[in-house]
Amino acid sequence: MKKLILAAAAAILFSGAAYADVIKIGVVGPFSGPFAIQGKNFKAGIDAYIATHGDKIGNDTIEVLYRDVPQADPAQSKALAQELVVKEHVQYLAGFYFTPDAMAVTPLLQQANVPLVVMNAATSAIVTKSPYVVRTSFTTWQTSAPMAKIARERGVEKAITVVSDYGPGVDAENAFKSTFEKEGGKVVESIRMPLSTNDFSPVMQRVRNSGAQAVFAFLPSGPTTLGFVKAYNENGLKEAGVQFLAPGDLTQESDLPALGDAALGILTTFHYAIAHDSPENRAFVEAARKAIGNPAELSFPSVGAYDGMHVIYKMIEATGGKQDAKKAVDAVKGLAWESPRGPVSIDPETRHITQNIYLREVAKGSDGTYYNKEIKTFEKQPDPGLAPAK
Amino acid sequence: MQVFFSIGVDALAYGMVLFIISIGLSVTMGLMRVVNLAHGAFAMIGGYIASYAARDLGLGYGFAIILAVIGTIIIAIPLERFLYRRIYGAPELTQVLMTIGITFCVIGLANYVFGPTLKTIPLPADLQGPVNLGFRTIAAHKLFAIGCGVAVALGLWFLIERTSFGVKLRASVDNTAMAASLGVRTRIVYAASFALAVGLAAFGGVIGAELLPVEPYYALRYMVTFLVVVSVGGAGSIPGALIACLLLGAIDTTGRYLVPEYGEFFFYLAVIAIVWVFPRGLLGRAK
Repeated sequence: MKKLILAAAAAILFSGAAYADVIKIGVVGPFSGPFAIQGKNFKAGIDAYIATHGDKIGNDTIEVLYRDVPQADPAQSKALAQELVVKEHVQYLAGFYFTPDAMAVTPLLQQANVPLVVMNAATSAIVTKSPYVVRTSFTTWQTSAPMAKIARERGVEKAITVVSDYGPGVDAENAFKSTFEKEGGKVVESIRMPLSTNDFSPVMQRVRNSGAQAVFAFLPSGPTTLGFVKAYNENGLKEAGVQFLAPGDLTQESDLPALGDAALGILTTFHYAIAHDSPENRAFVEAARKAIGNPAELSFPSVGAYDGMHVIYKMIEATGGKQDAKKAVDAVKGLAWESPRGPVSIDPETRHITQNIYLREVAKGSDGTYYNKEIKTFEKQPDPGLAPAK
Repeated sequence: MQVFFSIGVDALAYGMVLFIISIGLSVTMGLMRVVNLAHGAFAMIGGYIASYAARDLGLGYGFAIILAVIGTIIIAIPLERFLYRRIYGAPELTQVLMTIGITFCVIGLANYVFGPTLKTIPLPADLQGPVNLGFRTIAAHKLFAIGCGVAVALGLWFLIERTSFGVKLRASVDNTAMAASLGVRTRIVYAASFALAVGLAAFGGVIGAELLPVEPYYALRYMVTFLVVVSVGGAGSIPGALIACLLLGAIDTTGRYLVPEYGEFFFYLAVIAIVWVFPRGLLGRAK
C-alpha cells in the first residue's frame, strides 16, 4: 500500500511539463448582459487566433476557460479569478473589459505566479499595479491625445470638451485638454455629463453658446452614443461647422449601422479600424467574422484579444509550458510583431503596447455600409497617460 | 431669456416622450393595481417591431407604428390570459417577482433574436433634420413627439372620464365583485385596459426611440425613470402623470443645462421632495 501511495505521489510530481500537458488560460469578461457584445468580441479574437495558429504549442494543448462578469464588478471579478487560479489551475489570466475588474485582480498575481494579459481595460494605471500585467489593448490617453494635435493642425483655436462623468471620460478630458493646451489651443469649457443622460439637446445648446470651433466628446460606446450624435446633428452644430472630434470608441464598427448618415464626417483617433488595409488584417477579419457569427458585431475588443493570445503563446513558448510568471513576462518585454492593427511592440518599461494611432473619418462604402476610413497615421505611440498617473 | 426658451422647448419634448411611455404604466398601476415591471419590455418590443418593419420590410413610418402597437398587443394577449390574470389583486411582491421575471425573459429573447446591437427606426424625411424656431433649432421629430403626447393625453382623458368603457373600468377597479354583479364583464374590461396600456407602451417605445434607443437592455435601463414618473404623478391619474413628466423633464433639463456636474442630483431631490409632501403623488387617488 505504501509503495502504491509513493508511486502515485511520484507520478504526480514528475508529470510536470515533461509531455503533453494541457495549459489553461482563464478569460474574464462580460459574456452576458448589456456588454455581452464586447465579451463576444473577446471570444471571436481568441477563437480566430486559435483557428489560425492551432491549439498546440509543442506538445502542450491550449485550453481557454471563460468566466462571465456582466457589468463592472470588482468583487466578482476577483472571486472568479481566484477560482480560476485555485480550482482550475490556470497558468494565465486574460480578458477584462472594465478597469475596476482588472484592478481587483492585480493583487493576486504575484502569489498565484500568474501573468495577466489585459485585452481591453483602458485606464493607464493598471500596468503599474503589478509587474505581471501586460496590456494589448490601448489606453484612453493613448487614443485621445493625438486628437488634440489634429485639432490644432486643422486650425482649431477654441475647443470644448464633453465627456461622460466616469473614469475613462475624465481620462479623455484630461488627455485632450493637456495636449491641446500644450499645442497652444484653448479649451473654453469642460462639461461632464451624468452617465445616465438620455437627452443631449441641452448639452449641445451649451456647446453652441460656448463659441468653440470643435467639440471633443467621450461617451461609453453603446446606446448613449446614438443619442449624442443625433443631438449634435439636430441642434444644427454640424451646419454651424463645429467639428466633432472623439476617440474611436464612439464610432466602433458595431454601432455604425445604427448611427448611419448622422455619423458621416466625424473624426476619431483610435488604434484599430476593421477597415485597416493590410494582409494581416484581412486574414484576421475573415477568421474573426467566422468566429463571431454575425459580421456586423465585430469590433475593436477582438483585436486586443487576438494580440493578447499572441503574447500568451509567446509566453508559453518561452517557459516551455512551465508555470513561471516572471520568466513569461520577461520574455515578452520588447516583443514586436505585425498585428492586424499594424506594427506593435510591448514596451519593456511599462508592459503596455506601443502602437500606431490612426486618424479616421466615418465614410460610406460603395456597398452602402459605413466604415472608419483611415486618413492619417501617428506612428509608434506610447501611452502618454503613464507619466501623469504616477 | 433665450436660454429660458431654449430649456423650455427641450424640457417639453423630453417630458412628452416620458409621458407617452409612462402613461401606460400609470394605467396598469393605478387603475388595474398591477405593479408591472415588464412595462419597459413591452415598449422595447414595440420598438423592435417598428425597427424590423421599417428597416427590413421597408414599410413607412406610419405603418411601422401601427404594426408595432398591434403586434405588441398580440404578443401581450397570451401573457395577460395565462400570467397576468393570476396576479390581479395579488400582493405587490408577487406581482413584482413575476413581472421582473417576464422582463428578464424578454431581454434574453431580444438578445438572442435581434442581437445586442442598437436598432434604429428610420424617420420619414419630414421628421428628419432641424426645424428653425427663430431663437434656436429643434429636431422635427421632437415637435412630432410633443404633438403625440398632447393627443395621447386628451384621448386617454376622454376615454376614461367620458365614455361608458371608462365608467366600467373605474367600477371594476374600485369593486370588482360589485361591478360584476351589475353586469360588467370585468375580465374583458381588464383585458382591454391591459391591451391599452401595452399598446401605449409600444407607441411610446417607437416615438421615443430617438431619445431612448432600442437595444435589449432598454427593458430595464429606463424602468426606474418610468416608475418615478408614475409615483410622482400619482398612479392612475392622467393629468398627474402629465404634470409629473413636464415638471421632471424641466428639472432634469435645467439641471443638465446649467450644472451638469451635479448629475441627476436635482432630479431625485425633486422626486424626494414631491413624494414627501404628496405621498400618493401629485394627483394620486386615495385608496
